[in-house]
Amino acid sequence: MTIHDRLVDDFVANKVEFITTVPCKQLGGVIEAVDKHDSIMHVPCNKEDEGIGLCAGAHMGGKRSAIIMQNTAIGVVVNTLVTLTQYYRLPLPMLISYRGELGEPVACQVEMAVHTKALLSQLNIPTYHFHQEEDAAEFGAILSHTYMCNKPVAILTDATFWKGY
Amino acid sequence: MVRSEILELLVPVLRDQLIVCNIGLPSQELHKTLDQPSNFYMLGTMGLASSIGLGVALAQNRKVMAIDGDGSVLTNLGTLATIGNNPTPNLVLLIIDNGSYGSTGDQPTYAGGKTSLTEVARACGSEHVVECGSDDVVAVVTAALAADHGTIIVCKCESGNVKVPVITMDPVVIKDRFMKAIEATQA
Repeated sequence: MTIHDRLVDDFVANKVEFITTVPCKQLGGVIEAVDKHDSIMHVPCNKEDEGIGLCAGAHMGGKRSAIIMQNTAIGVVVNTLVTLTQYYRLPLPMLISYRGELGEPVACQVEMAVHTKALLSQLNIPTYHFHQEEDAAEFGAILSHTYMCNKPVAILTDATFWKGY
Repeated sequence: MVRSEILELLVPVLRDQLIVCNIGLPSQELHKTLDQPSNFYMLGTMGLASSIGLGVALAQNRKVMAIDGDGSVLTNLGTLATIGNNPTPNLVLLIIDNGSYGSTGDQPTYAGGKTSLTEVARACGSEHVVECGSDDVVAVVTAALAADHGTIIVCKCESGNVKVPVITMDPVVIKDRFMKAIEATQA
Protein backbone atom coordinates (compact mmCIF):
# COMPACT_ATOMS: atom_id res chain seq x y z
CA MET A 1 0.00 0.00 0.00
CA THR A 2 1.35 3.47 -0.87
CA ILE A 3 1.90 6.13 1.79
CA HIS A 4 -0.87 8.15 0.10
CA ASP A 5 -3.40 5.37 0.57
CA ARG A 6 -2.25 4.77 4.15
CA LEU A 7 -2.83 8.43 5.06
CA VAL A 8 -6.25 8.40 3.41
CA ASP A 9 -7.17 5.16 5.19
CA ASP A 10 -6.34 6.85 8.50
CA PHE A 11 -8.60 9.79 7.58
CA VAL A 12 -11.42 7.34 6.82
CA ALA A 13 -10.81 5.27 9.97
CA ASN A 14 -11.16 8.51 11.97
CA LYS A 15 -14.46 9.33 10.23
CA VAL A 16 -13.11 12.30 8.28
CA GLU A 17 -15.66 12.77 5.50
CA PHE A 18 -14.83 16.24 4.14
CA ILE A 19 -11.41 17.34 2.89
CA THR A 20 -10.44 20.55 1.14
CA THR A 21 -7.10 20.94 -0.60
CA VAL A 22 -4.76 23.49 -2.10
CA PRO A 23 -2.25 21.73 -4.33
CA CYS A 24 1.48 21.31 -3.76
CA LYS A 25 3.74 19.16 -5.92
CA GLN A 26 4.59 17.02 -2.89
CA LEU A 27 0.94 16.50 -2.00
CA GLY A 28 -0.22 15.42 -5.47
CA GLY A 29 -0.39 11.72 -4.60
CA VAL A 30 -2.34 12.10 -1.39
CA ILE A 31 -4.73 14.62 -2.97
CA GLU A 32 -5.38 12.16 -5.80
CA ALA A 33 -6.03 9.39 -3.27
CA VAL A 34 -8.46 11.68 -1.38
CA ASP A 35 -10.26 12.51 -4.61
CA LYS A 36 -10.68 8.84 -5.53
CA HIS A 37 -11.99 7.68 -2.16
CA ASP A 38 -15.76 7.15 -2.19
CA SER A 39 -16.36 8.00 1.45
CA ILE A 40 -14.59 11.41 1.35
CA MET A 41 -16.14 14.54 -0.11
CA HIS A 42 -13.25 16.40 -1.75
CA VAL A 43 -13.82 20.12 -2.35
CA PRO A 44 -10.73 21.90 -3.70
CA CYS A 45 -10.50 25.54 -2.59
CA ASN A 46 -8.74 28.55 -4.08
CA LYS A 47 -6.98 29.78 -0.97
CA GLU A 48 -6.32 28.23 2.40
CA ASP A 49 -8.37 30.65 4.50
CA GLU A 50 -11.37 29.88 2.29
CA GLY A 51 -10.63 26.19 2.89
CA ILE A 52 -10.58 26.62 6.64
CA GLY A 53 -13.99 28.34 6.35
CA LEU A 54 -15.32 25.35 4.39
CA CYS A 55 -13.94 22.99 7.05
CA ALA A 56 -15.59 25.01 9.84
CA GLY A 57 -18.95 24.81 8.06
CA ALA A 58 -18.64 21.09 7.27
CA HIS A 59 -17.75 20.34 10.90
CA MET A 60 -20.75 22.27 12.21
CA GLY A 61 -22.91 20.54 9.60
CA GLY A 62 -21.90 17.18 11.03
CA LYS A 63 -18.95 16.00 8.96
CA ARG A 64 -15.41 15.78 10.31
CA SER A 65 -13.21 17.89 8.09
CA ALA A 66 -9.53 18.39 7.28
CA ILE A 67 -7.35 20.57 5.06
CA ILE A 68 -4.32 19.59 2.97
CA MET A 69 -2.02 22.48 2.04
CA GLN A 70 1.56 23.75 1.77
CA ASN A 71 3.45 25.40 4.65
CA THR A 72 3.47 28.73 2.79
CA ALA A 73 -0.23 28.78 3.72
CA ILE A 74 0.64 29.34 7.37
CA GLY A 75 1.51 32.87 6.27
CA VAL A 76 -1.99 33.23 4.83
CA VAL A 77 -4.21 31.75 7.51
CA VAL A 78 -3.06 33.16 10.86
CA ASN A 79 -6.13 35.35 11.38
CA THR A 80 -8.52 32.57 10.32
CA LEU A 81 -6.89 30.00 12.61
CA VAL A 82 -7.09 32.39 15.55
CA THR A 83 -10.49 34.06 15.11
CA LEU A 84 -12.39 31.13 13.63
CA THR A 85 -10.82 27.73 14.35
CA GLN A 86 -9.40 28.49 17.79
CA TYR A 87 -11.94 31.07 18.94
CA TYR A 88 -14.90 28.73 18.26
CA ARG A 89 -12.89 25.65 19.36
CA LEU A 90 -13.15 23.72 16.10
CA PRO A 91 -11.03 20.61 15.44
CA LEU A 92 -8.94 20.87 12.27
CA PRO A 93 -6.23 18.46 11.14
CA MET A 94 -3.89 20.27 8.72
CA LEU A 95 -1.76 17.91 6.61
CA ILE A 96 1.00 20.23 5.42
CA SER A 97 3.84 19.82 2.95
CA TYR A 98 6.94 21.23 4.63
CA ARG A 99 8.69 22.86 1.70
CA GLY A 100 12.11 24.42 2.15
CA GLU A 101 13.69 21.52 4.05
CA LEU A 102 16.62 19.26 2.99
CA GLY A 103 16.53 18.54 -0.73
CA GLU A 104 14.56 21.67 -1.58
CA PRO A 105 15.53 22.98 -5.03
CA VAL A 106 13.71 26.33 -4.77
CA ALA A 107 15.56 28.79 -2.52
CA CYS A 108 12.52 30.97 -1.88
CA GLN A 109 10.75 28.04 -0.16
CA VAL A 110 13.38 28.14 2.58
CA GLU A 111 12.29 31.69 3.44
CA MET A 112 8.91 30.40 4.67
CA ALA A 113 10.30 27.13 6.04
CA VAL A 114 12.33 29.03 8.65
CA HIS A 115 9.15 30.65 9.96
CA THR A 116 6.84 27.63 9.80
CA LYS A 117 7.47 26.01 13.19
CA ALA A 118 7.94 29.38 14.91
CA LEU A 119 4.52 30.57 13.70
CA LEU A 120 2.81 27.32 14.69
CA SER A 121 4.49 27.54 18.09
CA GLN A 122 3.43 31.18 18.53
CA LEU A 123 -0.16 30.11 17.78
CA ASN A 124 0.03 27.23 20.32
CA ILE A 125 -0.86 24.74 17.60
CA PRO A 126 0.14 21.13 18.38
CA THR A 127 2.67 20.29 15.66
CA TYR A 128 4.00 16.94 14.45
CA HIS A 129 6.80 16.52 11.91
CA PHE A 130 6.96 13.46 9.63
CA HIS A 131 10.55 13.02 8.41
CA GLN A 132 10.72 9.27 7.76
CA GLU A 133 7.91 7.18 6.32
CA GLU A 134 7.52 5.23 9.56
CA ASP A 135 6.63 8.50 11.34
CA ALA A 136 3.24 8.26 9.61
CA ALA A 137 2.38 5.35 11.91
CA GLU A 138 1.18 8.04 14.35
CA PHE A 139 -1.14 9.75 11.88
CA GLY A 140 -4.27 7.96 13.07
CA ALA A 141 -3.47 8.81 16.69
CA ILE A 142 -2.89 12.46 15.73
CA LEU A 143 -6.29 12.65 14.06
CA SER A 144 -7.94 11.07 17.08
CA HIS A 145 -6.10 13.57 19.32
CA THR A 146 -7.32 16.48 17.18
CA TYR A 147 -10.98 15.52 17.64
CA MET A 148 -10.43 14.88 21.33
CA CYS A 149 -9.05 18.38 22.01
CA ASN A 150 -11.01 20.47 19.44
CA LYS A 151 -7.96 22.34 18.18
CA PRO A 152 -6.21 22.93 14.89
CA VAL A 153 -3.29 20.49 14.66
CA ALA A 154 -0.43 20.65 12.15
CA ILE A 155 1.25 17.63 10.56
CA LEU A 156 4.36 18.79 8.68
CA THR A 157 5.62 16.41 6.00
CA ASP A 158 9.05 17.15 4.53
CA ALA A 159 10.86 16.14 1.35
CA THR A 160 12.64 13.20 3.00
CA PHE A 161 9.23 11.84 4.06
CA TRP A 162 7.94 12.15 0.48
CA LYS A 163 11.19 10.59 -0.90
CA GLY A 164 12.37 13.75 -2.64
CA TYR A 165 10.77 16.03 -5.21
CA MET B 1 -33.32 51.35 2.18
CA VAL B 2 -30.21 50.28 4.17
CA ARG B 3 -29.06 46.79 5.21
CA SER B 4 -30.62 46.85 8.70
CA GLU B 5 -34.02 47.69 7.19
CA ILE B 6 -33.65 44.80 4.72
CA LEU B 7 -32.87 42.39 7.56
CA GLU B 8 -35.96 43.63 9.40
CA LEU B 9 -38.10 43.02 6.30
CA LEU B 10 -36.69 39.49 6.07
CA VAL B 11 -37.43 38.48 9.69
CA PRO B 12 -40.54 36.37 8.88
CA VAL B 13 -38.61 34.57 6.13
CA LEU B 14 -35.47 34.00 8.19
CA ARG B 15 -37.21 32.67 11.29
CA ASP B 16 -36.05 29.08 12.05
CA GLN B 17 -33.74 29.00 9.02
CA LEU B 18 -30.08 27.97 9.30
CA ILE B 19 -28.19 31.23 8.83
CA VAL B 20 -24.47 31.97 8.63
CA CYS B 21 -24.06 35.72 8.99
CA ASN B 22 -21.22 38.02 8.02
CA ILE B 23 -18.88 39.61 10.56
CA GLY B 24 -19.51 43.00 12.13
CA LEU B 25 -22.67 45.03 11.77
CA PRO B 26 -24.65 42.45 9.73
CA SER B 27 -24.32 39.88 12.55
CA GLN B 28 -24.97 42.55 15.19
CA GLU B 29 -28.10 43.72 13.37
CA LEU B 30 -29.37 40.16 12.90
CA HIS B 31 -28.63 39.41 16.57
CA LYS B 32 -30.65 42.43 17.66
CA THR B 33 -33.51 41.82 15.21
CA LEU B 34 -33.83 38.03 15.23
CA ASP B 35 -31.60 36.12 17.62
CA GLN B 36 -32.19 32.37 17.35
CA PRO B 37 -30.09 29.22 17.92
CA SER B 38 -29.95 28.51 14.19
CA ASN B 39 -27.99 31.73 13.58
CA PHE B 40 -24.20 31.41 13.32
CA TYR B 41 -22.65 34.81 13.97
CA MET B 42 -19.15 35.44 12.70
CA LEU B 43 -17.21 37.36 15.30
CA GLY B 44 -13.95 37.41 13.31
CA THR B 45 -12.49 36.46 9.95
CA MET B 46 -13.86 38.80 7.29
CA GLY B 47 -14.91 37.17 4.04
CA LEU B 48 -15.71 33.62 5.07
CA ALA B 49 -19.50 33.66 5.62
CA SER B 50 -20.11 32.18 2.16
CA SER B 51 -17.40 29.53 2.66
CA ILE B 52 -18.74 28.49 6.07
CA GLY B 53 -22.27 28.47 4.62
CA LEU B 54 -21.14 26.28 1.72
CA GLY B 55 -19.44 23.89 4.14
CA VAL B 56 -22.61 23.57 6.23
CA ALA B 57 -24.70 23.05 3.08
CA LEU B 58 -22.38 20.34 1.73
CA ALA B 59 -22.36 18.45 5.03
CA GLN B 60 -26.11 18.13 5.59
CA ASN B 61 -29.44 18.43 3.76
CA ARG B 62 -31.21 21.43 5.29
CA LYS B 63 -31.31 24.72 3.44
CA VAL B 64 -28.61 27.13 4.58
CA MET B 65 -28.71 30.86 4.12
CA ALA B 66 -25.38 32.70 4.09
CA ILE B 67 -25.83 36.44 4.54
CA ASP B 68 -22.80 38.25 3.18
CA GLY B 69 -21.83 41.73 2.01
CA ASP B 70 -20.24 43.00 -1.18
CA GLY B 71 -17.05 44.02 0.63
CA SER B 72 -16.69 40.62 2.28
CA VAL B 73 -17.30 38.75 -0.96
CA LEU B 74 -14.63 40.89 -2.64
CA THR B 75 -12.09 39.79 0.01
CA ASN B 76 -12.82 36.13 -0.80
CA LEU B 77 -13.81 36.34 -4.47
CA GLY B 78 -12.64 32.76 -5.12
CA THR B 79 -15.65 31.59 -3.09
CA LEU B 80 -17.91 32.32 -6.08
CA ALA B 81 -15.87 29.87 -8.20
CA THR B 82 -16.02 27.23 -5.47
CA ILE B 83 -19.80 27.66 -5.20
CA GLY B 84 -20.15 27.68 -9.00
CA ASN B 85 -18.20 24.44 -9.37
CA ASN B 86 -19.79 22.58 -6.44
CA PRO B 87 -23.51 23.01 -7.09
CA THR B 88 -25.27 22.84 -3.75
CA PRO B 89 -29.07 22.70 -3.97
CA ASN B 90 -29.46 23.73 -0.33
CA LEU B 91 -27.32 26.89 -0.31
CA VAL B 92 -28.75 30.38 -0.64
CA LEU B 93 -26.11 33.12 -0.66
CA LEU B 94 -27.61 36.54 -0.05
CA ILE B 95 -25.12 39.29 -0.84
CA ILE B 96 -26.42 42.56 0.55
CA ASP B 97 -24.62 44.90 -1.82
CA ASN B 98 -24.59 48.44 -0.49
CA GLY B 99 -21.42 49.37 -2.34
CA SER B 100 -19.55 50.04 0.87
CA TYR B 101 -17.58 48.56 3.74
CA GLY B 102 -20.31 49.28 6.29
CA SER B 103 -18.64 48.02 9.47
CA THR B 104 -15.54 50.14 8.96
CA GLY B 105 -17.27 53.42 8.20
CA ASP B 106 -18.89 53.10 4.77
CA GLN B 107 -15.76 53.37 2.64
CA PRO B 108 -16.71 52.59 -0.99
CA THR B 109 -16.16 49.10 -2.46
CA TYR B 110 -15.45 48.31 -6.10
CA ALA B 111 -18.87 46.59 -6.21
CA GLY B 112 -20.30 50.10 -5.90
CA GLY B 113 -18.12 51.09 -8.85
CA LYS B 114 -17.62 49.16 -12.07
CA THR B 115 -17.68 45.62 -10.66
CA SER B 116 -20.89 43.60 -10.87
CA LEU B 117 -20.92 40.71 -8.38
CA THR B 118 -24.00 39.40 -10.21
CA GLU B 119 -22.02 39.02 -13.42
CA VAL B 120 -19.00 37.63 -11.55
CA ALA B 121 -21.19 35.00 -9.87
CA ARG B 122 -22.66 33.99 -13.24
CA ALA B 123 -19.23 33.88 -14.87
CA CYS B 124 -18.04 31.66 -12.00
CA GLY B 125 -20.58 29.02 -13.00
CA SER B 126 -23.64 29.54 -10.79
CA GLU B 127 -26.81 28.95 -12.79
CA HIS B 128 -29.26 30.69 -10.50
CA VAL B 129 -28.13 34.25 -9.80
CA VAL B 130 -30.75 36.90 -9.12
CA GLU B 131 -30.14 40.62 -8.71
CA CYS B 132 -32.86 42.51 -6.93
CA GLY B 133 -33.59 45.68 -5.01
CA SER B 134 -34.96 46.11 -1.52
CA ASP B 135 -38.55 46.17 -2.84
CA ASP B 136 -38.25 42.62 -4.18
CA VAL B 137 -35.91 41.03 -1.66
CA VAL B 138 -38.55 39.30 0.48
CA ALA B 139 -40.14 37.61 -2.56
CA VAL B 140 -36.76 36.67 -4.03
CA VAL B 141 -35.42 35.18 -0.78
CA THR B 142 -38.71 33.33 -0.16
CA ALA B 143 -38.53 31.77 -3.62
CA ALA B 144 -34.86 30.86 -3.20
CA LEU B 145 -35.50 29.12 0.14
CA ALA B 146 -38.33 27.11 -1.45
CA ALA B 147 -36.42 26.20 -4.62
CA ASP B 148 -34.84 22.79 -5.24
CA HIS B 149 -31.61 24.45 -6.38
CA GLY B 150 -29.08 26.79 -4.86
CA THR B 151 -29.34 30.53 -5.51
CA ILE B 152 -27.07 33.53 -5.26
CA ILE B 153 -28.97 36.75 -4.61
CA VAL B 154 -27.36 40.15 -5.01
CA CYS B 155 -29.59 42.70 -3.27
CA LYS B 156 -28.60 46.25 -4.17
CA CYS B 157 -29.32 48.81 -1.47
CA GLU B 158 -28.11 52.06 0.05
CA SER B 159 -25.16 52.26 2.40
CA GLY B 160 -25.68 53.33 5.98
CA ASN B 161 -25.68 51.91 9.47
CA VAL B 162 -27.74 52.02 12.64
CA LYS B 163 -26.34 51.82 16.15
CA VAL B 164 -26.48 48.26 17.46
CA PRO B 165 -24.72 46.60 20.39
CA VAL B 166 -21.79 44.24 19.82
CA ILE B 167 -22.43 40.52 20.35
CA THR B 168 -21.10 39.43 23.72
CA MET B 169 -22.22 35.80 23.47
CA ASP B 170 -19.34 33.35 23.83
CA PRO B 171 -18.25 31.90 20.46
CA VAL B 172 -18.45 28.33 21.77
CA VAL B 173 -22.07 28.96 22.82
CA ILE B 174 -22.84 30.32 19.33
CA LYS B 175 -21.29 27.19 17.78
CA ASP B 176 -22.91 24.77 20.20
CA ARG B 177 -26.46 26.00 19.81
CA PHE B 178 -26.04 26.23 16.01
CA MET B 179 -24.83 22.61 15.85
CA LYS B 180 -27.66 21.46 18.11
CA ALA B 181 -30.16 23.28 15.88
CA ILE B 182 -28.78 21.31 12.92
CA GLU B 183 -28.65 17.99 14.77
CA ALA B 184 -32.26 18.37 15.92
CA THR B 185 -33.48 18.23 12.33
CA GLN B 186 -31.07 15.59 10.98
CA ALA B 187 -32.79 12.49 12.33
